[in-house]
Amino acid sequence: MEETIEILQQYLLSSLVDTFYMVSVATVIGVLFGTIIGLGLFLTNHEYFYKQPLINQISGFIVNAIRSLPFLILLVVLLVPITWLIKDPYTPTGGAIALSIAAIPFYARIAEGAFSEVNAGVIEAAVAAGGNTALIVKDVLIPESLPALIRGVVLTIISLLGYSAMVGTIGAGGIGDLAIQFGYNRYETGVLIAVIVILVIIVQLIQWAGDRLANHFVK
Amino acid sequence: MSTIEVKNLSVDFQTPKQTISAVKNVSFKVEAGEIFGIVGLSGAGKSTLVRTLNLLQQPTEGQILIDGKEITGLKGAELRKVRQKIGMIFQHFNLIENRTIFQNIEFSLKASGYPKEKRQERIDELLSLVDLRDKKDAYPNNLSGGQKQRVGIARALANNPEILLCDEATSALDVETTEEILKILEKINREMGLTIIFITHELEVAKRLFHRMAVMENGLIVELGNTFDIFANPQKEITRKLVGRFFNLAIPEEMTPTLANGKLLELRYQGGHTLDPLISEVSKTYDVFISIIHGKIEYIRNDMIGILLVYVTGSESQLEQAVQKLEQNVYSLRDLRQ
Repeated sequence: MEETIEILQQYLLSSLVDTFYMVSVATVIGVLFGTIIGLGLFLTNHEYFYKQPLINQISGFIVNAIRSLPFLILLVVLLVPITWLIKDPYTPTGGAIALSIAAIPFYARIAEGAFSEVNAGVIEAAVAAGGNTALIVKDVLIPESLPALIRGVVLTIISLLGYSAMVGTIGAGGIGDLAIQFGYNRYETGVLIAVIVILVIIVQLIQWAGDRLANHFVK
Repeated sequence: MSTIEVKNLSVDFQTPKQTISAVKNVSFKVEAGEIFGIVGLSGAGKSTLVRTLNLLQQPTEGQILIDGKEITGLKGAELRKVRQKIGMIFQHFNLIENRTIFQNIEFSLKASGYPKEKRQERIDELLSLVDLRDKKDAYPNNLSGGQKQRVGIARALANNPEILLCDEATSALDVETTEEILKILEKINREMGLTIIFITHELEVAKRLFHRMAVMENGLIVELGNTFDIFANPQKEITRKLVGRFFNLAIPEEMTPTLANGKLLELRYQGGHTLDPLISEVSKTYDVFISIIHGKIEYIRNDMIGILLVYVTGSESQLEQAVQKLEQNVYSLRDLRQ
């Protein structure tokens, strides 16, 4: 018990900071680029905008290809390019890069789905009013899909939190790393339980806050 | 005031298995300031047709001319400019749900590059026109269907269009709300000289609003004329069916055995004919009994069509003379047994 508390005192905060760092960097990058790619997928598949079946299919294929890799395998594949990029991949930054690469196509599909769910009639009315694509995206597509986009961000964060534990197994740190190193390898069940409790609380909080935010934008 | 002319317009949809012709070689011209209706059953192609008029749907063949200028083939900024001058309202209103009424109307103004500092004033003006000034900051979901359609109208009129397209604009509304919307449309037609093209399957709307109308079936315009003439003298099978259903003078089957002895006649009177003295006159002059089974008077815009189903009994010779007398004094007489 005392040992457990000692371990937690020593490592918990820094692990949480690492996890927070990795997940937030990956979320920001994933949502940013994912939204752009998702928008591209939507617009190249829509008769009122830039219907380009070839471009749409090629980008769709790339997105699917990355998504079809289990994260652990993607991580292994990415070790080489990440090493070129930052020398030591076994750091929180290395983990953040790997998570970002996974997050982009993940969120791209969520964003594409959110845009596709926008009432076709509303888009039609906007086109009929003579609005250009930029205006329609800004004033129709984004506001109408915002609640779904926010729920998608919540889903992404929670998935990334799960993936970040795997990043931990290759030594990039974070709260998952803590649970594996001490809870599993050193039979410190107390540490394992503490990590589980913390994860459950974090996920609940994110879900709660995300739902509130999403509902705020539903009028 | 704008005219809109459609020449030999066709729209085909390619599916992997076949080509579906939604609109087949349609031509018509709508005069400036006219309210022109297109009626037909669902699937007749009328929605596809109206959506080609602002090129939401590209025609496969044919031309669309606004004030004599062809718009088919326009693209990009030029097309958007034309669309800004053609307002459109929809069956399900199609308002941006997560934006206020103000922002919904502002969208159209932004689309046309209307100066920012003048937007507030213009939106107030538009909302006054549809009597919704107090709903400026409300969201669409807090409005009733009729109010949403009024916002739709305000949005469609934002850029002072000369043409308004209405795609089943009253089909999701109840009778009273429909009336309210029709009054607004009549008002803007009268006061602003807006040319209105209105698609509907509701003949109630047609008789109330349209100056002229076309009837569509299977992608073709099968009949086109003055609204009164279409109602009074439907030529084609589909038109007769639609108009017949509208007048709805079917006799319940249970009743027919009790009407077996005499003649069952449908009398129509329209224009100068009046009927009431005729029935009593005939029954006094000839030895026949006339019972009125069913009747209806409809006002088609400013004219009237009356239909009366009567059951006449008597001796054969008297009956024949009575029928002759009736026939001479009504617009048309039809023996429902023949």
